[in-house]
Amino acid sequence: MNIYINGTGCVSPLETAIEGRLPSARPLYDNIRLKSAEPDYKQWIDIKMIRRMSRVIKMGVAAAQLSLQEAGISKPEGIITGTAYGCLDDTGVFLTKMINQNEEMLTPTAFIQSTHNTVAGQIALLLECHAYNSTFVHKGFSFEHALIDSIMQLREGKISNILAGAMDELTNHSFNILSRFNLFKHAHAGEGAACFVLSTEKGPNAIAKLKGVSVLYKPESFQEVAADIVGFLAAHNCSQEDVDLVITGRNGDPAGDAWYEHVENKLFSELPVAQFKHLCGEYPTANAFGTWMASRIIASQEVTPAVLFKGNAPTSIKKVLLYNHHDASHHSMILLSIC
Amino acid sequence: MSGNDVWVLGGGVICGIGNNVPECIAAFRQMKPGMTTMQYLTSTHRDSFPVVEVKADNATLAAKAGLPAHISRTALLSAVAVKEAWERAKLGNIREYRVGLVSANTVGGMDKTEHFFAEYLQDNQSGRLRDVVNHECGSITELVADMLGIRHHVSTISTACSSSANAIMYGARLLKNNLVDVVIAGGTDALTRFTLNGFNTLMILDQKACRPFDDTRTGLNLGEGAGYIVMVSDAIAQKMDIQPWCKLTGYANANDAYHQTASSPDGIGNYLAMQQAMEMAGITTEDMSYINLHGTGTLNNDLSEGTAIQRLFGNAVPPASSTKSFTGHTLGASGGIEAVFAALAVKEGYLYPNAQFSHQMKELNFSPVTTFSEGNVINNVMSNSFGFGGNCSSLVFSKEIS
Repeated sequence: MNIYINGTGCVSPLETAIEGRLPSARPLYDNIRLKSAEPDYKQWIDIKMIRRMSRVIKMGVAAAQLSLQEAGISKPEGIITGTAYGCLDDTGVFLTKMINQNEEMLTPTAFIQSTHNTVAGQIALLLECHAYNSTFVHKGFSFEHALIDSIMQLREGKISNILAGAMDELTNHSFNILSRFNLFKHAHAGEGAACFVLSTEKGPNAIAKLKGVSVLYKPESFQEVAADIVGFLAAHNCSQEDVDLVITGRNGDPAGDAWYEHVENKLFSELPVAQFKHLCGEYPTANAFGTWMASRIIASQEVTPAVLFKGNAPTSIKKVLLYNHHDASHHSMILLSIC
Repeated sequence: MSGNDVWVLGGGVICGIGNNVPECIAAFRQMKPGMTTMQYLTSTHRDSFPVVEVKADNATLAAKAGLPAHISRTALLSAVAVKEAWERAKLGNIREYRVGLVSANTVGGMDKTEHFFAEYLQDNQSGRLRDVVNHECGSITELVADMLGIRHHVSTISTACSSSANAIMYGARLLKNNLVDVVIAGGTDALTRFTLNGFNTLMILDQKACRPFDDTRTGLNLGEGAGYIVMVSDAIAQKMDIQPWCKLTGYANANDAYHQTASSPDGIGNYLAMQQAMEMAGITTEDMSYINLHGTGTLNNDLSEGTAIQRLFGNAVPPASSTKSFTGHTLGASGGIEAVFAALAVKEGYLYPNAQFSHQMKELNFSPVTTFSEGNVINNVMSNSFGFGGNCSSLVFSKEIS
């Protein structure tokens, strides 16, 4: 069974939500903390609701709507989101007031919007969509598990399309606290939302095929990851030679990037490599941005200098392998191909 | 056995009425709900709202769990129930299988984050990082997975009060797709000030013991705990000498798409979830032996759920009860805890009582079961879990009819 990506939507620190494509030149970020370039939400959301919604909700709704528009559908047959941190801003607001006001005189809005399923729930509410609705909150696997669940449901054959995506926001509190863990010594701190309409039928604007998704939890060695990737490709009838481009989740941290170097050198030494975290920053669901980028590269058949890490841009891009890890503990492989 | 069956081999529960499955069943048998004044949670609202706490401090739970006492209570509760579930499944060495742990929760390590945040708000360089490192929901699952040596598939779902039911559904799919041999699925949540205050702002906490499906109900009591079932696919079951509790024959998830926190008056999401789960199980309304209600005790939930049940079952509503009248509402854990009760009802022929019921709801034509009984013919049990975000899920557990 083929699974097509019939539409994508992406809100990121780049103008991806407005222009719908990658920049040709590498952006110059002057701050370690990246902030999403937000589109005009009024096109999708009532202005009164916009004021109440936190950024992660708005980014998620925008990415969902953009992907549905491109796919040309108004109501998906399922909605699955992934978010590692959930609605951090509303959580922080409620927690701060609770502590500062000694549990008195609190109002419900921030609490209501603090639950991790708020984004998926709001998308369902706006679309009046009664279909399957779930939210994965598993750190660096949140996005991948949303895709795996989607693929399993499409294969069951009861539905023919599903909206899957991931979103995470960076707040003042989360940036402060994560910085204290030394997470942004090398990497930019990022955020964003990316959504995909997956379907068993090829849509008019189909972008790419989603061939497979696999996760590997806490591998013990570089060799284990390399073997896993070979097995993953084989399971999808793809050899190392069939891959035209490898995209890895490099973020500038030497210890973390060593995993990518091993895979690039051992398995794909002849292949060009692209990167994406210099564009979207590091966060647990950054791979959703990576997947968006990979699908746009396949659609446009172009690897711009802004994303090329090494080698020469390929002239024909039929298969793209995305290999990412978060914190060296959550590794994932995603294989995309031309429609 | 048909090729797509999922077998339930065992379950484990820790909650405010017992630290394991037999203790919980004893509490039902003896009609002993678990509501008390808070003993372990510290809150300004201590004397306003009864809660259903697990009757053990973190040091005691840590010793049972085999985890350090300084980590989140959410993880400690999870570990205790997962270990019991695994032991009851009688599968032996966990490292001999491809095991998946799908554990839902809504609060993550919030019990520790609250503590951290009080200091952090004074000075953003203060507060012990140890108290916030496991804030994420996924961290809670990984603490338990790592302790038990589970690596093949470790996942966390958070869909408010329906979280665990969705974890069980996802776990069943992992089995059917042969991604793992065995799945431990369910959920956990510890009581926190964050959730207590959040529910208080919604004005849906009862100041007395909650009265699900009673005409005088005014709200819910928050509880805490964890509950998991162990499932295997038919292919694996064929290879082993197992004595399963029952099968998971149906599941469905639908969205109410009405309001972020309230249920629609006609309970459309509830109706769709129940109807589709029964359709998947291949049973009609007459085949249903018992419904373990979501039954939180709020005005809104019980009316929507009851209305949806009446629409589906008409004048022939099967025996139904809310075990939250004993355990309180354990949020992300409730679907897991109640799945264990539902699976055990099939195995043992139990009907669970609905405590604190005395007044028939005017809008409904049925009332809940109020006494415990065993030895009933229970072929199919439905477990309902509905939550914020419009998330509605129903599971159907069935007896193997040979």
